[in-house]
Amino acid sequence: MSAAPVLSGDLEEDLDLEEDEDLEVFSKNPSLAVGSSVSSSVVQGSLVHSPGALVRSSGSMVNQYGLEEEEEEEEARGGVPTRDLFVTVDHPESHVTAIETFIVYRVLARTTRGDFDSSEYEVHRRYQDFLWLRGKLEEGHPTLIIHPLPEKFVMKGLVERFSEDFIETRRRALQTFLSKTAEHPMLSRSPQLKVFLTEQDLTAIKKQGPSFLSRMGDSVRAAAIAVRGVRARPQEFGAMQDYADEFSCKMSALDKVTQRIIKEQNEYLEELSQYGPLYSQWADLEADLAEPLRGVAGCLDLCGRETEEQLRHLTEVLQPTLHQYLLCADTLKTVLRRRDHIQAEFEAKNDALASSAVSKKGDLETLKEEAAGLEERVESANSALKGDWARWGDAMRNDLREALVSTADKNQDYYEKCLAVWETFLLSQKTPPGQEED
Amino acid sequence: MRTGQLTTHTHTHTHTSQETRTMADSDSEEAAVLDNTDLTSPESENNMINTMVERETALLKKIDINVAESEKRSGKNTVNMQETYTVYLIEIRPANAAEGGLPVGDSPWRRYSEFELLRTYLLITYPFVVIPPLPEKRAEFVWHKLSADNLDPDFVERRRLGLENFLIRVASHSVLSKDKIFYQFLTEEKGWREAVLETGFQDKADSRLKSLSATLRVKNPDKSFTDLKQYSDELNSAISHLLRVRAKVADRMYGVYKVHGNYGRIFSEWSAIEKEMGDGLQSAGHHMDTHSASVDDILEEEEHYADQLKEYLFYTDALRSVCRKHELIQYELEMAVLDLASKKQQREELTTGAVRVFSLKGMSSKLFGQESPEQRESRLAALQQSIQATEDAVLDKNQECREFMRMSWEEVKRFKEQKDRELREALISYAIMQISMCKKGIQVWSNAKECFNKM
Repeated sequence: MSAAPVLSGDLEEDLDLEEDEDLEVFSKNPSLAVGSSVSSSVVQGSLVHSPGALVRSSGSMVNQYGLEEEEEEEEARGGVPTRDLFVTVDHPESHVTAIETFIVYRVLARTTRGDFDSSEYEVHRRYQDFLWLRGKLEEGHPTLIIHPLPEKFVMKGLVERFSEDFIETRRRALQTFLSKTAEHPMLSRSPQLKVFLTEQDLTAIKKQGPSFLSRMGDSVRAAAIAVRGVRARPQEFGAMQDYADEFSCKMSALDKVTQRIIKEQNEYLEELSQYGPLYSQWADLEADLAEPLRGVAGCLDLCGRETEEQLRHLTEVLQPTLHQYLLCADTLKTVLRRRDHIQAEFEAKNDALASSAVSKKGDLETLKEEAAGLEERVESANSALKGDWARWGDAMRNDLREALVSTADKNQDYYEKCLAVWETFLLSQKTPPGQEED
Repeated sequence: MRTGQLTTHTHTHTHTSQETRTMADSDSEEAAVLDNTDLTSPESENNMINTMVERETALLKKIDINVAESEKRSGKNTVNMQETYTVYLIEIRPANAAEGGLPVGDSPWRRYSEFELLRTYLLITYPFVVIPPLPEKRAEFVWHKLSADNLDPDFVERRRLGLENFLIRVASHSVLSKDKIFYQFLTEEKGWREAVLETGFQDKADSRLKSLSATLRVKNPDKSFTDLKQYSDELNSAISHLLRVRAKVADRMYGVYKVHGNYGRIFSEWSAIEKEMGDGLQSAGHHMDTHSASVDDILEEEEHYADQLKEYLFYTDALRSVCRKHELIQYELEMAVLDLASKKQQREELTTGAVRVFSLKGMSSKLFGQESPEQRESRLAALQQSIQATEDAVLDKNQECREFMRMSWEEVKRFKEQKDRELREALISYAIMQISMCKKGIQVWSNAKECFNKM
């Protein structure tokens, strides 16, 4: 891999570095305005799609003809290649074998890319296949921020593995995972992604040995054993670490609060559904009073339905988004850890070089070569991470902002509808003059 | 601030009283008429007549009643134990006086148990009237925020309003308002309790047992009353159920709103690590706090609505009282009629000597021989007297029964009109509360959306 231009050196001089560990410090390149260019062209509701709908398109204009160097430069500049690969995940179906039962999803891919034989593909994948794909992507790009998969198990205990809601939530999350991966300038080029989208039978490929891919894993593990920790972590990565920790905290808190709201709202809805009919029952006993009583019963019924809608939005839009970014926070930490390991490995090699326990000249040369190789690895890992961090930050801000805006909008809509319901009732109860309320 | 329902109540009266005033002698002090029953007719002639009737009979046209304050007191109770209780100040002022009108009477302090005593007195003394209820003795249908403690300030405040409402309703009633004990309750601090007991009303009380057995054994209660009793039971059940579920709904709603407060805190903390989103998050957080806090006012207003429903829940007890009294009188009438019939029967047996019905007397005379003619004569005379007395009793009872039915049915009719009117207003005010709540919600979320957009 050719050396990618390192961002930090150049930009640190251009930007005002603030005390705060902040995404801004590492990500900003004047050409990429604060999320605005991306967001303005984004179609709403990027994370949730009805089956078969397309993922959002990005507006950035940088071309993407495949030379690696150009691509890395684009990465460095923060440009996003034009979308040429669209994926959807839908049609969950139960698959029963002698040993087990599992859900299979249909994965559709549409592409204009030359390296794909066809322009449309349809394959069927199960959750394990997604796990495999993500694992491979991680191996290939240890310091890129890969979108998380939905969790294997749901610890809440309320949701069963095959309940409709659970499957639907999982499907959406899988869709998001694939979309984001397909959008990612580097990950979308991954051979495993291509295989995942195109091969009918994945089992053969999954069985193929770990090959060169696990070598990196092994060596990272080796480094972990050998090394006591990274020594000279650059400040910017330290700041990222702090951010990741805080962010993780906040996302976890938001996730919990949202779940709590959903729970309370559900209970409210249950009680409300019993409340309205009581007015009707009372109306059965009355003569003149029956009409306004039934009116109130009707209002409560309609408001109940609006509450259901609002609740659905929370459950289907806000909560999954927050949850995914909670999982992302873990990815951030993992990625930073790996970067540290890579640097630690290099430092260890350097130490070995520096210590005088080298007998033959040939050994010294070998060590020097290895050290140089590791140094390259460190540099490329760092730049990949920094670039991706910037990219991730923009996407995160965009996604969370959209989710929050859409939630606020939905809530406002809910109150507006309820308002209309009660005002209609009031109108129907035209009061004689002299008895008006304020 | 008085409850909406109450305000409307007095407004109506003020409105109609002004009509009266133009008709009546304008020098007269009699202005605010609290009783609405006599003035429903818009015709001026009727108004004139009514005014004259009012002038002769009403004791309380000229006053505004106010349960002004409450205070905690300590004292020894009937079992000589120290206790803390709340007392309420009753103030009466001339109705048409300017703000600084001087109070009438002692402005006594009364505690809840005294109100109960007054009400019991009224129940027994005027059994054909649908006596207005008192506010609840203990907080029921609570949702978690309200304490069930009788000394809790919110509870005391709502009780104060309820007591005031009770007094105004009694003072508005054409019959009840004229009661001397009631007037004394409003004006005399000392000696009231003794005065009530002196009326001997407790002796007039029907024992529970008597009342219950009448209910069980009466043969021909008037159908309207049986229907009324059934309605009261059903209404009681319907409103209780409604209030219970309403409390649960309120509790849940409280939960939802309050949890949103957490968003405020977390957004604020999160904004510290975000450069671009920081401001948007921070201000959105404030709106979340506002939203969370707004539920307190919303639910407090709803409590007033719940109180209005509760009043009518308790009214069902008053309705049932009236029904029970009818059953009792009817039962006594039936018993008197049976008694008369049996005595007449006995007379017949004595005069003709024929024993148609088995009786111990008959048996014993068969076994031990007939009695002497003198004995029979004196027995016959006594029986004749008894029959006479019983015939009178039957007539009286019949009269009583019909009077009771007539008067109480008037009452019930009036009550139903009042109930329909006031509950409809309560439902309207409930709708208005919901609208206000929705408007707040729209405001908050539209503001939050703006903040999120700026993120």
